[in-house]
Amino acid sequence: MYDAGKIVLGLAVFVGVSAFPIWYNIAAGKGAYAVQLEPPPNGTKQCVAETANGYMRAEHMHILDEWRNMVVRDGKRPKVTVDGVHYDYSLSKTCMNCHSNKEKFCDSCHTPAGVAPACWDCHVAPEDK
Amino acid sequence: MRHDRRAFLGNAAAGAMVVTSGAALTSCADTGHYEPGKGGTRWAMVVDLRKCAEHEDCRACTQACHKTHNVPDFEGDPLHEIKWIWKEPKFDHVFPSFENHPLPAHIRKKPVLVLCNHCDNPPCVRVCPTKATWRREDGIVMMDWHRCIGCRYCVVACPYGSRSFNWVNPRPYVKEMTPDFPTRMKGVVEKCTLCEKRLSQNLLPACVEACPHGALAFGNLEDPNSEVAKIVATEFTIRRKPDLGTEPEVYYVV
Ligand code: HEC
Ligand code: HEC
Ligand code: HEC
Repeated sequence: MYDAGKIVLGLAVFVGVSAFPIWYNIAAGKGAYAVQLEPPPNGTKQCVAETANGYMRAEHMHILDEWRNMVVRDGKRPKVTVDGVHYDYSLSKTCMNCHSNKEKFCDSCHTPAGVAPACWDCHVAPEDK
Repeated sequence: MRHDRRAFLGNAAAGAMVVTSGAALTSCADTGHYEPGKGGTRWAMVVDLRKCAEHEDCRACTQACHKTHNVPDFEGDPLHEIKWIWKEPKFDHVFPSFENHPLPAHIRKKPVLVLCNHCDNPPCVRVCPTKATWRREDGIVMMDWHRCIGCRYCVVACPYGSRSFNWVNPRPYVKEMTPDFPTRMKGVVEKCTLCEKRLSQNLLPACVEACPHGALAFGNLEDPNSEVAKIVATEFTIRRKPDLGTEPEVYYVV
């Protein structure tokens, strides 16, 4: 191989530059983040589905999709029972009734993960009532 | 058998036609066109213009509806206006094929209350490319705002002007927020849903409940004992632009 030294050096520089965001964040201590979630201010202890093994973490957006399709497309308005209390299939009235501080719950996961659900363009979040 | 490119393409085209034609034909036919007498539920509204036109300045129904559904108020700006139920200023604009001259005094130059007609054969549903609007089994022409991509085909297709487009973010123009019901956002179409949410709670539509003059009736046209069925069976009623074949479910007693 001719010019092996130059090629290897060139590749090393290329990888180094293109991976800049990764090592920069690691160096700046932002490589990993811990999420601080506020428990529901109304003192409830259970969610609409189990939270073990990150089930709600992984599935909450699918639960919301299912609720939305049920209510808007199928025209049915069933109830979900949590700890003996019946709740509507509703984003604003149910999820946000317990998780009433959107900044300290939904957003504290979504913002670092770069997720910005468009729901709040229409659905009324607790603070902008 | 000879296998050349020409024969292959010919066969492929014929095959594709056979496979897709059935689906294409049924999707054209499947607008949920209703056949009367089928039974079940067919929600309908009757506007008694004799009572409504007497109270030209009354807007009780519009106010109740717009508050329930967080409809923005652009203070009459026709470019941005969002309308679910409203009064059209002239009778012959609402019923253009009604050419009797002169019209009786109690309707001539009087405003006419209009809303989405929840047609049995809705042209808006036919053109919607995402099925964001569709006709439910009970006759409500429903809107799914989550699916609306803002193409406005439905706005153009509706012969009654019942659909409004959000050219700007409507939030700042909602005077009094009802947190139970979401607003809409810039880039989606909206219209009357016959208060399907209230119907599911066994309540009358907000406009019917709010009318102080008893000019609005609502019910199941397939049920001969319902108020609307009785009115339609005993009074002479008209519907908007019947010649278009859309089969409106809003009837007017004049
Ligand atoms: C009755 C009150 C209540 C309702 C209603 C409710 N939650 Fe929860 N939710 C909780 C509680 C309490 C926890 C914490 C449970 C735990 O730590 O085991 C939780 C946990 C979660 C978590 C997991 C957080 C984690 O650390 O993994 C997510 C995500 C979540 N909720 C989203 C939602 C969504 C979305 C809705 C609406 C579909 C909803 N919740 C409705 C009470 C509720
Ligand atoms: C434990 C962290 C966590 C919490 C708490 C959380 N979310 Fe999420 N959520 C996520 C992540 C991560 C995603 C992105 C998943 C993906 O894109 O695969 C997401 C995605 C979503 C989506 C889909 C977004 C899209 O663009 O499709 C919705 C809707 C949503 N979350 C609603 C909520 C609501 C409402 C709450 C508060 C009640 C909430 N989430 C709380 C982590 C969380
Ligand atoms: C363009 C406006 C708009 C956007 C954006 C929007 N929604 Fe909705 N949503 C509505 C409207 C309007 C309804 C009908 C409410 C009713 O009939 O009670 C609704 C109903 C729902 C319902 C059932 C009823 C209720 O009260 O919650 C769910 C669940 C829902 N939406 C979830 C979502 C989620 C999750 C997102 C974000 C990923 C979202 N929506 C984004 C307008 C919107």
